[in-house]
Amino acid sequence: MIALLMRDLRLATRAGGGFGLGLAFFLIVCTLVPFGVGPQGGTLALIAPGILWVGALLACLLSLDRIFALDWEDGSLDLLATAPLPLEGAVLVKAAAHWITTGLPLVAAAPVFGILLHLPGAAQPWLVAALALGTPALSMLGAFGAALTVGLRRGGLLMSLLVLPLYVPTLIFGAEAVRRGAAGGDGTTPLVLLAGITMAVLAAIPFAAAGALRVNLR
Amino acid sequence: MSIWEYANPVKFMRVSGAALPWIAAAAAICLPAGLVWGWMTPEDYKQGSTVKIMFLHVPAAMMAINIWVMMLAASLIWLIRRHHVSALAARAAAPIGAVMTLVALVTGAVWGQPMWGTWWEWDPRLTSFLILFLFYLGYMALWGAIENPDSAADLTGVLCLVGSVFALLSRYAVNFWNQGLHQGASLSIAPGERMSAVYKYPLYLCMLGFFLLFLTLLLVRTRTEIRRRRTAALLAREVRA
Amino acid sequence: MMIELGRYAVPVLTAWGISAVLIVGLIVQTLAASARARRALEEVERRG
Repeated sequence: MIALLMRDLRLATRAGGGFGLGLAFFLIVCTLVPFGVGPQGGTLALIAPGILWVGALLACLLSLDRIFALDWEDGSLDLLATAPLPLEGAVLVKAAAHWITTGLPLVAAAPVFGILLHLPGAAQPWLVAALALGTPALSMLGAFGAALTVGLRRGGLLMSLLVLPLYVPTLIFGAEAVRRGAAGGDGTTPLVLLAGITMAVLAAIPFAAAGALRVNLR
Repeated sequence: MSIWEYANPVKFMRVSGAALPWIAAAAAICLPAGLVWGWMTPEDYKQGSTVKIMFLHVPAAMMAINIWVMMLAASLIWLIRRHHVSALAARAAAPIGAVMTLVALVTGAVWGQPMWGTWWEWDPRLTSFLILFLFYLGYMALWGAIENPDSAADLTGVLCLVGSVFALLSRYAVNFWNQGLHQGASLSIAPGERMSAVYKYPLYLCMLGFFLLFLTLLLVRTRTEIRRRRTAALLAREVRA
Repeated sequence: MMIELGRYAVPVLTAWGISAVLIVGLIVQTLAASARARRALEEVERRG
C-alpha cells in the first residue's frame, strides 16, 4: 500500500502530472469573484466561506478523472485488480494520493485566500479545520465517481453531474462551520457532523468504488 | 409459485401484456376523475383557488420520492439476484420519476409566487427536491453513457444505492442549513384532522390516479426496454451468423 | 362548467397547464418509444 501511495505521489508531482493546477485554479476562482461581485469588503466577507468552499470543491473536481484514467489506459489497473492487495485498499490509497496532491495544498493555502476575500480572522481556524475534515470526503467520493465513469471516453462532464450532488452534505456542513466562525460563534456542531460524514464516506465508499471498478474491468 | 417467476422476461411480457389494458383503463378513470373532483372543490379561506394546485403538487411529490425508492429496490434485486427485468424496470422508472419531480417543483414554484411572494426559496423541502432531480438526471445520464447493458445496469445500481444514502443525508443536512417556509406534511396518519374532507378525498383519488399512471407507464416502458434488448440480441446473432 | 378562479386564476392555470404539458409529453414519448421498439423487433423477427 505504501509503495502504491509513493508511486502515485511521484507520478502526480512529476512534470505534467498536474500537481499544483488545482491550487492555481482555486486562486483564479478567488481572484475572479471580487470582479463579479464588486470590491466591497463587507460583501466579500459575507460570501467568503461559500466562495472558498465552492472553489475547493471545483478545484477537487478538476483533477478527479486522473485518479483512475491513466492507470486504466496503460493497463496497470488490471494489475492492481489481480494484486494481493484488495481493490478496496487500492481505491483508498488512490483517493489518499489524490487528497495529498490536491486537498492538502488547498487546506494549507486556504488562509491566504481567506485574506484575499476579507474573511474575518476569527473564521480562519474554522476554515482550515473544516477544509481539513471535509476534503478527504471530497476525494473519496470523487474516486467513486471516477470509478463509475472510468471506461467512458468522455466521462468528465458526466462525472461532474454524478459527483456534485454527492458533495452537498459536505458543502453544507463545511460552509456552515466557517460561516458560524465568521459570525464570531461556535462552529463545533457542523464540524462534528462534517467529520461524521467524512468518516462514514471513508468507511463505506471504497467498497462501492471497488465494486464499480470490478464491473468496468470485467 | 413464487414472485421470482415474473423475473423471466417471457413470463413478464405475457402477464404484463394481459394486465396492462386493465391498469391503463383504471388509470384513465381514476386520474381524470380525481383531477376534475379536485378542480370542483371550493376555495380555501386562506389560499383561495390556488388550493387546486395541491391536487397535482402533492401526488407528484409523493410519486417522485416513491419512484426513487422503487428504483432502489429494483437495483438491489438486480445486484443480488441478477434478474434482468428488474434492472430494466429501474431504468424505465427513472424518466417518470424525473418528470414527477419536475412537476412537483414547477407547481410548487407557481403556487409559491402568490402565497409566499417568491417563485423560489432555499427552503429544505424545495432544496432537497432539486437535489433529487439532479440525482435523477445523473442516473439517467449514466444509463445513457455506457454501452454494455450489463455493466450499465451494475454501475447505475451502485449509483442508485450510494445516491439514496446521500439523498437522505442531504435531506437532513439541508434542514440544518436553513429553516423551512414549507408547511409540514399535508396528510398524516396521526389523529387530529389537518385537512378538511372536502379536499382530502379528491386528493386521495388523485394520488391513486398518479400511482396507476406510473404503473401503466412503468409497464409500457419496461416492455419497451425488453423489446429493445431482444432486438439488439437478434441483430447481434444475425451479425455473427 | 365554469369554475370561478378569482384573483389567482393565472397561477392555477399556469400550474395545471405546465403539469399537463409535462405529463402528456411523458405519455406521448413513452407510447412513441414503445411503438418504435415493437416495430423494430417485429421487423428483425420477420427477417430472422
